[in-house]
Amino acid sequence: MSAAEPLLRVEDLRVEFPSEDGVVHAVDGVSYDVYDGRTLGIVGESGSGKTVSSLTTLGLTRRQGARISGRIMFEGRDLVALPEDQLRGIRGNDIAMIFQDPLSSLHPLYRVGKQLIEAVRVHRDVSKAQARERAVELLGLVGIPDPATRVDQYPHEFSGGMRQRVMIAMALANEPKLLIADEPTTALDVTVQAQILALLERLQRELGMAIVVITHDLGVVAEMADDIAVMYAGRIVEKTSADLLFSKPEHPYTWGLLQSIPTLTGSREEPLIPISGTPPSLINPPSGCHFHPRCPYAEPEHAIVDPQLEQLADQPSHGVACLLEVDVRRRLWSEMRSGSTPQEALAEVKDDGPDAADGGAGS
Amino acid sequence: MSGYIVRRLLWGLLLLVIVCALTFIIFRVIPTGNPALRRAGRDPQPKEIKEIERVLGLGKPLPVQFWEYIKGIVLHFNLGYSYYSDAPVKSLISERLPATFSLMVGAAAMWLIGGLSVGIVSALKQRSIFDRGAMGTALALISAPEFWLGLVLLFLFSSDIGKFKIFPGAGSYVGITSDPWKWFTSLLMPWFVLASGSAAIYARLMRGSLIETMSEDYIRTARAKGLPERSVVRQGVRAAINPIVTLFGLEVGVLLGGAIIVEDVFNIPGIGRLSYQAIVSSDFSVVQGTVLVAAMFIIVANIVVDIVYAYLDPRVRYS
Repeated sequence: MSAAEPLLRVEDLRVEFPSEDGVVHAVDGVSYDVYDGRTLGIVGESGSGKTVSSLTTLGLTRRQGARISGRIMFEGRDLVALPEDQLRGIRGNDIAMIFQDPLSSLHPLYRVGKQLIEAVRVHRDVSKAQARERAVELLGLVGIPDPATRVDQYPHEFSGGMRQRVMIAMALANEPKLLIADEPTTALDVTVQAQILALLERLQRELGMAIVVITHDLGVVAEMADDIAVMYAGRIVEKTSADLLFSKPEHPYTWGLLQSIPTLTGSREEPLIPISGTPPSLINPPSGCHFHPRCPYAEPEHAIVDPQLEQLADQPSHGVACLLEVDVRRRLWSEMRSGSTPQEALAEVKDDGPDAADGGAGS
Repeated sequence: MSGYIVRRLLWGLLLLVIVCALTFIIFRVIPTGNPALRRAGRDPQPKEIKEIERVLGLGKPLPVQFWEYIKGIVLHFNLGYSYYSDAPVKSLISERLPATFSLMVGAAAMWLIGGLSVGIVSALKQRSIFDRGAMGTALALISAPEFWLGLVLLFLFSSDIGKFKIFPGAGSYVGITSDPWKWFTSLLMPWFVLASGSAAIYARLMRGSLIETMSEDYIRTARAKGLPERSVVRQGVRAAINPIVTLFGLEVGVLLGGAIIVEDVFNIPGIGRLSYQAIVSSDFSVVQGTVLVAAMFIIVANIVVDIVYAYLDPRVRYS
C-alpha cells in the first residue's frame, strides 16, 4: 500500500435525512481513503449507504436536506465545508461520477454531443468547435465506433452499453483525478458488463486516475478493486485489500455475501446460502452490532455492544467491526470453507473447545 | 415528416366536413323555430312565408340544401347569407375575426407566460409561501366561472362603473389599427378573464411536471457535471414543457368557448358574440359559419402543436 497522502480521505462521515417517519441514518460514521491510481470497491446491499456516501462527496445530497458531518478531504480541501460554487468547480472536473442507469442518466432531448460539449465548456474556457472536437475524441476514447457521426445523435439512438460509454466519456471530459462509478454495470447485459469493466480498467491505466466503484456485485470488485470496503446499514463492517477480502474474509456479513454468489467451478448441486432476514431500517437501526438480527453467530450481548472497526493484530491493513473473537471467526470460516452450513459450523466450533465458547464476546 | 403533415391536413379536412354536416343536421332537426317565420316579422301572411322560404332555399330537401352549402364553401368559400340581414356570413365573420383573434392571441400569451412562470417558480420553491399562495390562487381561478370573474373585474376596475377606475370598461374595444394603445388597454381585463382558468391549470401542470423532471437521473448527471444551477433548471424545464405543449391544442378549443362569454361580458364585437346572437335568433347560416371557423381554428392549432411537438422531442420525430 502506498504511504503517500491519500487523494481522498473520508473521515467519520455521517449523512442523515430528516423524513416524516424520522431521521434516516443513511451513512453512520464512515472512513476510508482513496489513493492515486488505485481502485476502491465499496460493496453492500441496497440501502447500505454506499451511494449516499459518494453523492455526498460531490455535494449532491446537500439540496435533499441532508445533515452532513465529518470530513471529506480532497487535495487539502474539506468538501463537506466547501461553499457550493467552489464545489461546483470540482464536480465533473477533478471528481467525476457515472451512474447506475445509463438509460435515464442522459438528457433525452439533447444530442449526445451537446451534453459532452457542455461538460467540457463548463470547466474549460474553450470554443464550441474545440469542445466538439474534444467530444468526438472522447467518444473514440471510450470505444464508440464512428464518433464523428454518433456525436450528433440523440441518446435513444444508442444501446444501453453505448450509453454507458457516453456517460464514461462525459465523466472523463476534464480528465478527473477521481472517478466514482456507482453500479456502473448493474443495468447492463452480462456480456456488456465485462466490456464496460475492461474499458474502465484500460482508461484507469491510460489516465492514471483513482476509481471508487460502488456495487452490490462482488464479481465487479473482484475484477476491478485494489481495496474493498464492505458496508452494512450505513457503516463499514470490513475493509481490506481485495486479495485478503476474498482469501481471508473476517466478517459474517462478508461471508454471507461470498456464500450467496454462485461459482463456475463449484458443483451445481451446491446450494447458495442466502443471508436470512431483510435489510435493516435506517430510521431505527438495530441496537449494538447492526448486523446481529441477521447474524447466525450473534450472542445476546451483541445487541448491546456496538462494534468498532478495528485493525487485526496480524494483518494491519485489515479492519473488521465484529464482536466475535478472532479465532472463533477463523474457525467458523474454515469450517464453512470445507462445506459446512453456518449452523453446522457454529455447532462444530462450540463443541470444539471451552475457549471458544467463553471468548465469544470477551475482552 | 412532410408526409405526416399532409396526412394530418387531409384528416383535418375530413373532420371539417363532418363538423359541417353535424351542425347542419343539429340546427335543422332540433325544433328552434322556422327562420322564415322569424324573419317575416309580425303577423305574416302564409304567402310571404312561402316566398321567404323560397328565397332562402328552405323548401328544398335537406340533402340538396347541404350539398349546395358544401358546394358554395368549396368553390367560393361562400358560407351563405344571414337569414336576417342578408349579409354574407363570410364578411360578418371576417369583420369580427380581428377582435376575436386579438382576444385569443393575447389571452394565450398571458396564460402561457403567466402559467408557466408561476409553475416553474412554484416547483423550484416547493412548499414555500409563494408556492402555497400561487397554488391556492390557481385553484380559485380554475373554479371561478368566466362570466362571474368578468363582471367582478368590471365592477372593481372599469373606468366607467368601477370602484377603482383603472381599465377601460365594457364596450371600449377598438381595432389595433385605429388606436394600438387603446386596443391594448381595453383588452387587458378580457385577456385576464379568458386566460385565468387555463393559466391556473398550466401553472399546476407545470409545477407537477417540473418537480418530476427535477428528480430525474439526467438532472443529477447535469449537477454532477458541475453545471451551474441555472443551466440545470433550464434542462429540467426543457423536459418538463413537452407534455404540456400537447395540451395547448386542446386548450385552444376551451379558449374559443370562453371567448363567447368574455366577448359578451365585455361587449367585444367578435365571433363569439356573433355566434351567441345567431344561436339566440336561429340564424342557422351564421351559426354554421362560426362553428366551421372555430373548428378550423382548433384543427389547425392541433396540427401546429403536433408539428411543434415532433420538433421538441426527437424520439417522436424519428418514429
